[in-house]
Amino acid sequence: MQVGYETALSPSGKLGVWWFIASEIMVFGCLIGLYVLFRVAHGGWNDQASHVNWRLGAINTLVLVTSSLTMILAFNAVRIERRQRAARFLLVTVLLGFTFLGIKSVEYTHELGEGFTPASGMFWSFYYIMTGLHGFHVLGGIILNLTLYITAVRGTLWSGNKSSRVEFAGLYWHFVDVVWIFLFPLLYLA
Amino acid sequence: MMEVADSHAQPAGFIRRYVFSTDHKVIAKQYLLLSLTMALIGGFTSYLIRWQLAWPETDIPGWGPIGPDNYNAIITMHGTVMVFFVAMPLLLGAFGNYLIPLMIGANDMAFPRLNMMSFWTLFTASVVLTISMFVPGGPAAAGWTSYAPLSDNPIYTGVTWGQNLWILAVALEFGSFLMGGINFLTTTLNMRAPGMTFSRLPLLVWMETTAAVVFLLSVGPLIGGALMLLMDRTLGTSFFRADGGGDPLLWEHLFWFFGHPEVYVVALPGFGIMLEVMPVFARKPIFGYRPMIWSTIAAGLLSFVVWAHHMFVSGMDPRLATPFSVTTILISVPFAILVFAMIATVWRGAIVLSTPMLFALGGLATFIIGGVTGIFLGSASTDIFLHGTYFVVAHFHYTLFPVTFFGGFAGLYFWFPKMFGRMMNETLGKIHFFFTFVCFNFVFIPLFLAGLKGNPRRIYETSSYDFLKPVQHIHVIATIAAIGLLIGQLPFIVNFFYSMMRGEKAVANPWQANTLEWTTDSPPPHENFRTMPIVYRDPYEYSVPGAPSDWIPQNEPPEPIYPISAAAD
Amino acid sequence: MLNNLLPSNVSTFGADIDHVFWLIFWIVGIWFVAAEGVLLYAIIRHRKRAGAQASYLPGNTARQLAWVLIPALVVLCLDLGIDRAGASAWEREKGTPPAGDVLVRITAKQFNWNFTYPGPDGKFGTADDVTSENDLHVPVGKVVRIELQSEDVIHSFFVPEMRLKQDVVPGRTIRGWFEATKTGTYEIACSELCGFGHYSMHGNVIVQTPAEYAGWQRETWPTRTAANDAVKGTGTR
Repeated sequence: MQVGYETALSPSGKLGVWWFIASEIMVFGCLIGLYVLFRVAHGGWNDQASHVNWRLGAINTLVLVTSSLTMILAFNAVRIERRQRAARFLLVTVLLGFTFLGIKSVEYTHELGEGFTPASGMFWSFYYIMTGLHGFHVLGGIILNLTLYITAVRGTLWSGNKSSRVEFAGLYWHFVDVVWIFLFPLLYLA
Repeated sequence: MMEVADSHAQPAGFIRRYVFSTDHKVIAKQYLLLSLTMALIGGFTSYLIRWQLAWPETDIPGWGPIGPDNYNAIITMHGTVMVFFVAMPLLLGAFGNYLIPLMIGANDMAFPRLNMMSFWTLFTASVVLTISMFVPGGPAAAGWTSYAPLSDNPIYTGVTWGQNLWILAVALEFGSFLMGGINFLTTTLNMRAPGMTFSRLPLLVWMETTAAVVFLLSVGPLIGGALMLLMDRTLGTSFFRADGGGDPLLWEHLFWFFGHPEVYVVALPGFGIMLEVMPVFARKPIFGYRPMIWSTIAAGLLSFVVWAHHMFVSGMDPRLATPFSVTTILISVPFAILVFAMIATVWRGAIVLSTPMLFALGGLATFIIGGVTGIFLGSASTDIFLHGTYFVVAHFHYTLFPVTFFGGFAGLYFWFPKMFGRMMNETLGKIHFFFTFVCFNFVFIPLFLAGLKGNPRRIYETSSYDFLKPVQHIHVIATIAAIGLLIGQLPFIVNFFYSMMRGEKAVANPWQANTLEWTTDSPPPHENFRTMPIVYRDPYEYSVPGAPSDWIPQNEPPEPIYPISAAAD
Repeated sequence: MLNNLLPSNVSTFGADIDHVFWLIFWIVGIWFVAAEGVLLYAIIRHRKRAGAQASYLPGNTARQLAWVLIPALVVLCLDLGIDRAGASAWEREKGTPPAGDVLVRITAKQFNWNFTYPGPDGKFGTADDVTSENDLHVPVGKVVRIELQSEDVIHSFFVPEMRLKQDVVPGRTIRGWFEATKTGTYEIACSELCGFGHYSMHGNVIVQTPAEYAGWQRETWPTRTAANDAVKGTGTR
């Protein structure tokens, strides 16, 4: 490990995650912006939008926000060196992530069964691309957190400063949560 | 003395050392090899294009006849390969990866494993693109710009799998450079050696870092767009189909919002290479280091608000044309500053016309033509006539080719000793330069003239139009020069490989240059520096009045102001 | 030789565009010659010579930087001047079309141009519409208003000798105009890649004297009858 740098602005892992998040903001920001523009320009799409299940969407919002909380608790536990606690909260976060995806799958199954495919209309095209891409990012976060959980249980997470990875994963997970905070009202409540 | 604590020892075994390596120097060479290989494909497609245009009645030697649908696929592959699989990997993947850690005094990138993944992602992307050339229906044929609805629905081109694989290959390329960009930025911000303040960074590092930021922030919307295009093609959505509620122009906006910054992502590192070479072979400091940095940042920022100059006649609201003309013409100002400062850098120097210097100067001279012809296109009124003609083709070849090839070759000849521990042959280098410079101009100046006559671009042959009959001989001239240009690369290929094996062994600093990469061995050891350098000076202190020699390395300690006793360590 | 760089121009707004072109040509031409000239001079004059050292000019004083910043400022001023000239030329071709006598709907498709005239009743979509393939007949010296539509992909309607170009986008009707100043036949080319037939999407603008145009109308347009008008329930113009 190199020593004695000219002032490092921030731990490298954190900087890396922030730059990654910056580029992801451009991806989701663009999709969300386009959705809003199209929807306003084309008369609201209320007939199509009324078929999403806002209750399941609200539950999922609760699930994801709670998982951000458990992620913060995991990170806090890391900081105060309570390793078992940290591992447990990582696991809860993973399970909540799976819950989110599970509920989303239920929604998709129902919607597709009703005949609402991506090709059913512009609202649906945007709905599937936005929630689909988001879900894909949730899956990535789950895999990341699961890996951290396994290394925590095995003990390898606690050597060197690898435990700071929990903070970096947390940043990513919060970002995924924030994207959903935008998607939920725009897709389910509007 | 500060020792470099062992970060990652050199792994044993061929696979870990040369294939799945995390050493930035190895990864850079992998990017180099990939880009030069893809350049063969890019060059070959240009041969096919030019032969077809000059002699449409004939079969192309070494290939056979091509029909108009093949032609459209070939021009698509040419553009896609050259921008995404030659220019980016060469200028960012190879030079950025190799030089950033060395120039800042680090022993590797911030994320070596991410670096390795970025290369193999690009490798996968190039495999996908290559496969797309052989699938039923052929490769993508809607241009590297892939406008919808032509690219959106297979019925318009007959291309099915090819276009889908194109989307996948380009998406993977984006992912690769996102990973690389994160690495470049974090490394430059966090891993500079002591004393390497931002104002002592070599300009190439500034350029690569700015390019990384621009790429990171501009590519997102097109990633969304690529996904939308794929969904239109495979799931029946209508993001870009008017009859389904979508808008073909949306694709253009998404593409060019990225596409324009992308050309600066390529241009800035190419400039950076020229800016490293010129002070060394003029033995003079860079003229206006700080204004150059401000101009670079300004150009990077402005690049985000000019994109619709590709769309003046697209059918977008005509009232947008004047604002975008203004922003576009404003971006000429930072580039004018860079060009004038580059000229001032060599003015009153002690110029040595080595091969790297010839390519750097040739790159500057040809880029100037690209820059001034951009003014015609950036003004919406003249663009009405010139858009979609060969004038545009000549303009962008006069910007992209100088930065990619003149800049790239300048860099290769300059850093070859450092990378491979041997010198390249100067005579072959000069022959290579002569052919490249002369033939390049004879290809593309005629194409300006063709464009001024209204010659549309992306056409299979000119015979359908009477107004192009006077222009046909121009295409013959350009093709003969293009063949010369391609043949003129042979001295480089021979030189490159022969010198790697049998070239004269290189010393650490054959050019007597100041930046940190020259303070270590040629080639550097695995950890780059045996002891961490400490930086005391700016990077371009050449011919300082009163100094004992005409160059002072960045890590040369300052003159003591009092005598040091012999007992000090 | 400079006169032959551009094709002849036979439209009213084409002259404005050519004016901006030449303005830019001379401005950038002078900069080009100056910049390349100074560079070439430096390369020749400032070659390494025995005994002569390079000058140490880092460009970090105002005096030195003036050599770069003042020319850059001049570039900026000339740039803005170019934009002013260009804005009015753009506005003329692409702004609100002037009132016109002739109306044509131009339909682009893979791979040809169709021209539809509204016929004696002046309305599209009625039985007296006249469609011509590939040939656009117009009278000289009259404003021709055009509506551009595409049946499939994006094409681009380009008449080099009129400095007229407009992309044609499916799902939209894009309006434009032109006024020809000389009779003759002027070619139309497609200037946006539209598929394998892009290179041969050829058409003609046939600019005729008023007499010739009237003659063409007599031969091709139906006479106006109540039956023609009545198809869409229109009885009056």
